[in-house]
Amino acid sequence: MAQPTARRPWWRRGAVATAAAALAAPLVAACGTGAGGGVTLTVYYPPEQHFQNVVDQCNEQAGGAYHIVNLTAPRDADGQREQMVRRLAAGDTSLDILGVDVTWTPEFAGAGWIVPWTGANEAEAKKDVLAGPLASATYDGKLYAATKHTNVQLLWYRDDLVTKPPSTWDEMIADAQQLKAQKKPYKIGFTGAQYEGLVVGFNTLTASAGGKLVSDDGTKAVVDDGAVQALAMLKKFATAGVTDAGLSSAQEQQTALLMENGDAAFELNWPYVYAAMQQDKPDLFPHFKWTRYPSMTPGGQARVTIGGENLAISAYSQHKDEAFKAALCLRSPKMQDYSAVNDGVPPTVASVYDAPDMAKAYPMKDDIKAELATAASRPITPAYQNVSTIMQNLLSPPSAIDPQSTADKMRQAIQDALDSKGVLP
Amino acid sequence: MSQTTEAPRPAATTHRAKTKPVLSEGKRAERRLGLLLCAPAAIVMLAVTGWPIIYSVWLSLQRYDLRFPAKQEFVGLDNYATVLSNGYWWTAFGTTALITVISVVIELFLGMALALIMHRTLVGRGLVRTVSLIPYGIVTVVAAFSWKFAWTPSTGYLATLVGPNTAVLTEKASALSAIVLAEVWKTTPFMALLLMAGLALVPDDLLKAASMDGAGAWQRFTKVMLPVMKPAILVALLFRTLDAFRIFDNIFILTGGSQGTGSVSMQTYDNLIRGLNLGIGSTMSVLIFIAVAIIAFVFIKVFGTAAPGSDTGRR
Repeated sequence: MAQPTARRPWWRRGAVATAAAALAAPLVAACGTGAGGGVTLTVYYPPEQHFQNVVDQCNEQAGGAYHIVNLTAPRDADGQREQMVRRLAAGDTSLDILGVDVTWTPEFAGAGWIVPWTGANEAEAKKDVLAGPLASATYDGKLYAATKHTNVQLLWYRDDLVTKPPSTWDEMIADAQQLKAQKKPYKIGFTGAQYEGLVVGFNTLTASAGGKLVSDDGTKAVVDDGAVQALAMLKKFATAGVTDAGLSSAQEQQTALLMENGDAAFELNWPYVYAAMQQDKPDLFPHFKWTRYPSMTPGGQARVTIGGENLAISAYSQHKDEAFKAALCLRSPKMQDYSAVNDGVPPTVASVYDAPDMAKAYPMKDDIKAELATAASRPITPAYQNVSTIMQNLLSPPSAIDPQSTADKMRQAIQDALDSKGVLP
Repeated sequence: MSQTTEAPRPAATTHRAKTKPVLSEGKRAERRLGLLLCAPAAIVMLAVTGWPIIYSVWLSLQRYDLRFPAKQEFVGLDNYATVLSNGYWWTAFGTTALITVISVVIELFLGMALALIMHRTLVGRGLVRTVSLIPYGIVTVVAAFSWKFAWTPSTGYLATLVGPNTAVLTEKASALSAIVLAEVWKTTPFMALLLMAGLALVPDDLLKAASMDGAGAWQRFTKVMLPVMKPAILVALLFRTLDAFRIFDNIFILTGGSQGTGSVSMQTYDNLIRGLNLGIGSTMSVLIFIAVAIIAFVFIKVFGTAAPGSDTGRR
């Protein structure tokens, strides 16, 4: 037989060698040791403009004990979760620190993909952390992540149109109708698209009405009378003629744009819209004010849904000890202060709210802190993603809700999802 | 290679009986060697195509949710009962069937027109053919994104065209139309290409003869061209129907399956990848596999579509 392999042209061999080197290089970088003999750690985190600076500062502080590499995850939460979950389900050892959305903690912990925090690490991760954010990192009585930043929505309004901000949903809708009659900008911006944002709004309404969607242990679908009231309110809101035509496709961005374009008098959204308004519409900015989220009943208090991002350690990490240390640095009070001022994300450590530079960057910090004190969680269950998908489907479009029958359907479908036997829409 | 050479045999020994060929010793050895040489390729093929299919059938018989690794168990046909008795599944199935039928019918007519144009063009034939294939050459996801931006209210040119304050992708009927439009735009060239191959089969002499007998253009088309082209049309329809039934990328980008526009493939993705439910998700993929097999069976057995290149022709 001939030996054709020996006669391969030189450029071909060169190309193969180059390709092999290119393939091997990232692996070497991911598993090898960093400068100064320390280990290389990866952090898988959603895009945040100044997060690389945080990573750099921590690398400097580590003094060669470890070197963190920032792997930027996709922009949307679903995309982040899908990529992370696939790698975790396959036991990928190249992930060390994971940026997890607050709703994923039970799912990742239940599947055994992230490890609990214990001892000194746990103590440091819990120190001075507000109760709401801390609960979002806890599952089954154990701490599974260190809180990085939190989030709550506020009611934003224009003080040139609204003299006294409404304190309940009914007042807000009535105010908007009055503005409409006066031919002034009147619309209320709300995240009504079929996605997680709609569930956030619905969960807030349900909790504010004293209702519950899933039992505390995460095994039973409740969907009680409070949920029915919330559904009725959503329906009333969507059919009162105070929303934009595109309500059923509005996510955070479109909601913020509605206000920036001058069509809206009210907006229910996360605090980042404050910095965005300042940058995009400086002329409208002086009239852009905020107050606490409207309640369901007069004199009652809204319980707003908590959001945010926590840092967890992968169960497949090869360098867990260093990863815990690195994660603690990335979410340390100093770094939370830096991220709050530069990226607009609300801190989870109470003392950071009193930092001197917070007052200017975060004038609404007291309202955020007050809302965090009574914040509501979304259903705590490993099957949250399925529960949410089902709710999104049943809540969309909000104008088509039939409170009692939608609640009944929702209860059945959520129960199926909790038992992992249902079909996702 | 040198071992396989064989001396030519006398005609008498290679004589075949009508019923069963009697093989000589050498012929059998040759055949055995042939099989042995094919075996590695055949085994690899089986491993990469057969094994995943068997594995997903096996997964579909289990309760297997990645979030609840401890609760994994064999449940028999329970997953099939769950999916087949579920409203979401049948809604998605109906949507998929609707998109398939409408888009394939439109593609057939447009594709036929395009094929005739490409076939009859006298000047710049190559250019015409290349240009008409451009949509098919664009990656579906890229094309879907440009459709999406075109339909975005206030920024897209198509959205401005249909009127201000209309969000085409937020209502079921209009969103489905947008999906069908994107699908038709994308795959009509493929249909045209297959039909053009059929047109080339129609002998010019036959058309001239028909025209001598007084057949008009329409009669020549329906009475001469279509019957001769029938095998090519059926093959084109079969390919497109199988493809359209598995529609995913256009829907994924344009609506993400909201407003009830999700196809069965979308739903499988949601259950399998997003919901991490390997049991239910595999059940759905097996059901899609069965549906596709039924479509192929109907086309081949009922309509008598012949595989391209086979010599049996119409049944």
